Amino acid sequence: MASGTELAHGPTPGEYIAHHLTFLNNTGEPQAQLVNWGLVNLDSLFYSVILGMITVFVLYRAAAKATSGVPGRFQAAVEILVEMVADQAKGLIHSEQSRRYVAPLALTVFLWILLMNAMDLLPVDLLPRIWEGIYASAGHDPHHAYMRVVPTADINVTMGMSIAVLLVCLFYNVKIKGIGGWAHELISAPFGDKLILAPFNFLMNIIEFLAKTVSHGMRLFGNMFAGELIFMLIALMGAAWTGVNASSILLAFGHVVAGFAWAVFHILVITLQAFIFMMLTLVYVGQAHESH
Amino acid sequence: MNLNATLIIQIVVFLTFVWFTKSFVWPPIVKALDERAKKIADGLAAADKAKADLANAEKKSGEELRAARESASELRSGAEKQAARLVEDARAEANRIIAAARDAATAEAGAAAQKAKDALRDQVAVLAVAGAERILRREINAEVHADLLSNLKQELS
Repeated sequence: MASGTELAHGPTPGEYIAHHLTFLNNTGEPQAQLVNWGLVNLDSLFYSVILGMITVFVLYRAAAKATSGVPGRFQAAVEILVEMVADQAKGLIHSEQSRRYVAPLALTVFLWILLMNAMDLLPVDLLPRIWEGIYASAGHDPHHAYMRVVPTADINVTMGMSIAVLLVCLFYNVKIKGIGGWAHELISAPFGDKLILAPFNFLMNIIEFLAKTVSHGMRLFGNMFAGELIFMLIALMGAAWTGVNASSILLAFGHVVAGFAWAVFHILVITLQAFIFMMLTLVYVGQAHESH
Repeated sequence: MNLNATLIIQIVVFLTFVWFTKSFVWPPIVKALDERAKKIADGLAAADKAKADLANAEKKSGEELRAARESASELRSGAEKQAARLVEDARAEANRIIAAARDAATAEAGAAAQKAKDALRDQVAVLAVAGAERILRREINAEVHADLLSNLKQELS
């Protein structure tokens, strides 16, 4: 939670926040349109892939050395996670064969999102400032050195994952019920198997899928975006430093206290959101197994 | 919150990581967990079995101990009996030897006494002759008076 006081003519609070909320995409300019399929957020993908690789690497290390004898602490820690996920999956998905895919999915999702969320706990200016230095030394304008370090505060990342979960749900709907069975369910549930009700049933099911997926992604995104934004607002207090005077010292003190309190609270949010995303994934896939 | 192609790439990244976890992470860990659960179950069963075995062995050893104790007491009473008999025999033998010795001693003493008496008797005759000689102050022919002396000897015995 460092601040931007080093700049001779520091940005206004509005500029500071706007700068920190801009993704580094392949054009180097902020995205102007609401939807543009030609752009890719490089920073989100970079951190997301790096953290995902750390997740699977750590898990792989545990798996490679897994022994049925007395486990070490590291193995025991991974086993606790695996057991936790396996227990939850057992309660929600009644197909042994599906669990073999969905439980690892849930484990990956939980740890990966946990790590991506935890990027919020790094000082908000740490990585962007380093990037600014690299960008400037490469001869570019440091004012265009955009960098956002929390991938889950990017709606593309969270919606990407929730859509992936939707795809898994659709796959299991077809796999369990057959294409015909599922199609029949789409037009016969929830109101009843009557021809006149078919359009309403179908509409209702589409809305349900949409609502599930959007709320799944938006919940995570909203929480992490808000958390990041509040860290930035807290950082503004320290950024208001104008020299050794009463108001500056008071604001800096407020920065430290508020930053600490929010970070501690945020540990809960990080873990809770990762857990909720995992649980909803299991619930949705479990629902795909049940016929109405 | 602008949508762009990051979304599509993230779907691919996500499914790739899930595939990796599903293929290389989950199976070995779950296998290890299941194996350990089985090991623990086996271990508990073995412990139960060992406990039952121990109880059996204790019962068996108790029985054998009792049997051994019984046979030992039998042996002891047999030995005692035999010892008593040996003592009895020894005592009888001793008594016999003592009695024999006593008889021998008595016989010997009797013989010695007889011998002494005989010797004494012989000398008494001589003494009597000498005495009578002195008393009578005359020569008595021993051969002539042999009958008389023999009679006297007879009376003294």
